[in-house]
Amino acid sequence: MTTASPPAQLGGASAAPARRRARFGGLLLAEWTKIRSVRSTVWTLILFVVLTVGLTAGLTALIVGSWNRPGSGNGHVQIIEDPVGFILGAGLGIGQLTICVLGVLLITTEYSTGVIRASLLAVPRRLPMLAAKITVFAAMLIVLAEAVAFGSFFVGTALLHSKVAVSLGEPGVSRAVVGAGLYLTVLGLFALGIGGLIRHTAGAIAAVIGVVLVVPILTSFLPGNLGHHINAYLPEQAGSLAYEAHRSASQLLSPWQGFGVFCLWTAVLLGGAAFLLVRRDA
Amino acid sequence: MIEVRGLTKRFGSKLAVDDLTFSVEPGRVTGFLGPNGAGKSTTMRLILGLDRPQSGTATIDGRFYRDLADPLRTVGALLEAKSVHTGRSARNHLLFLAQTQGLPARRVDELLDLVGLTDVAAKRAGGFSLGMSQRLGIAAALLGDPRVLLLDEPVNGLDPEGVLWIRNLMKHLAGQGRTILVSSHLMNEMAVTADHLIVIGRGRLIAAASTADVIGRGTEKSVRVRTPDAARLAELISADGGQVTAGSAQGPGEPVSADSADLLTVTGMESARIGELAAASSVVLHELTPQLASLEEAFMELTAGSLEFGVRSAGGSPAGDGLHNPDAVRAENRSA
Repeated sequence: MTTASPPAQLGGASAAPARRRARFGGLLLAEWTKIRSVRSTVWTLILFVVLTVGLTAGLTALIVGSWNRPGSGNGHVQIIEDPVGFILGAGLGIGQLTICVLGVLLITTEYSTGVIRASLLAVPRRLPMLAAKITVFAAMLIVLAEAVAFGSFFVGTALLHSKVAVSLGEPGVSRAVVGAGLYLTVLGLFALGIGGLIRHTAGAIAAVIGVVLVVPILTSFLPGNLGHHINAYLPEQAGSLAYEAHRSASQLLSPWQGFGVFCLWTAVLLGGAAFLLVRRDA
Repeated sequence: MIEVRGLTKRFGSKLAVDDLTFSVEPGRVTGFLGPNGAGKSTTMRLILGLDRPQSGTATIDGRFYRDLADPLRTVGALLEAKSVHTGRSARNHLLFLAQTQGLPARRVDELLDLVGLTDVAAKRAGGFSLGMSQRLGIAAALLGDPRVLLLDEPVNGLDPEGVLWIRNLMKHLAGQGRTILVSSHLMNEMAVTADHLIVIGRGRLIAAASTADVIGRGTEKSVRVRTPDAARLAELISADGGQVTAGSAQGPGEPVSADSADLLTVTGMESARIGELAAASSVVLHELTPQLASLEEAFMELTAGSLEFGVRSAGGSPAGDGLHNPDAVRAENRSA
């Protein structure tokens, strides 16, 4: 290494402020570089695809294989009534957890590794950095999640075809498939919001999993009408309506209303994360 | 030019930076000196807008850091704490930073080449040695060709070659008229690097002056004399205009000797003159050592009582600073 000699190319031509790129465009590019250049996010995404589509295929194949065995009649009735709900629910239940983890990691690893300091030195106003992160993550998720939703649907319907036939043209079906991708996208942002508020990986993942999986179980024990109402407006419960093709009589919210409630929860969390990002010492 | 005015930062009940005011001029290397916990890193974080002060301001060329449009094109910073994702390659770390500033990707390669990381550019930064991490941090700081640089303990973990490289780099950059603030708790490193010093202790300003002045203000030049005939020599020296104290003014890193009865410390007289006096009266000398003030001694004197952890013990020399060599420091400082 030629370390002892003073650097000649310090003020190289490429450092000159010649081109004036649209600033937010540069931030989007930077956030994209951040996402794609870390193995954990790439592996989490691969896990998301494999788990969701794989579980859908596996569970559907199992059901089809045991279709004619005695004692499995009750499940069949449900699947015949709501094949889309079965297909989408089969992989999504577990697959969505990888999205939760990814959303959290995207922001908490900035704090745990200290790269947040470099990020904020580059964007000292801070909010544009978060806005770019949200935008890039949402754009990436919606493409991937819709692909996974449609992929799961087609794999599931192909396997189930011999027993129950269902197509995108039937009422509510295409909305449910599109809704599954939207739900996963907003879920990722929901997790990002919690990650931004808590800033620690383990704590934030525990919080997201708690909100998505545990709280609905707890509130289901609440008695009567009150419990029913609280349950309906919980983020995951409301959001998951978006991928249900059939509305049961007991549901308080329509699919889009439920999705709207989920979006509101997410907006509040991201707003809180943005507020604290600007207020707190980094 | 960096201007800090009345800067105050409190963490809970602890006052980290206490009404600090100083300015850092362009065209020279300004050393930011203080014991551990004196508030150097916090002050830098306040200048860079990472922390918010309770009161006071810090501006760079008259503007707040957060108001700079493409801040990395104006200010480069190397923070003491790690600020690289361990799972990301050196190249991608610099690339995303470049993208936020609208800098082209080839600028990243230039910097990798400059700091000698081209061969490991695709490796995960988590596997880097401390020295390689520091180089990556320097590359990030220089990415936007900034006219102001803040370097927090840049030579930490570097081998001698790396230390020399940083030293030359800073002098070179200052020579181009850039503003350079570099913090350290290694006083001797600052003595050979910095033209100007800002010394703080417990968050307060202790001194802001040229390096030579800070050294000059410290321990007076003295001569250590060891002789079996101490009383007689003391008389001779006093009669000739020197000041004599019995025993040794404890130099840094010096063990307390039991037989200090034959020791004299003389001020206000050259060692040559003492030797002549002794020879003229046939006084036997066992030792005649000129004591040169080092920046370290000056620093210890300046920061006495302001040490965070109260480590001002008999030894004087801070742990881990094995480079103490006052003469070399003086020599290099003069030539600088």
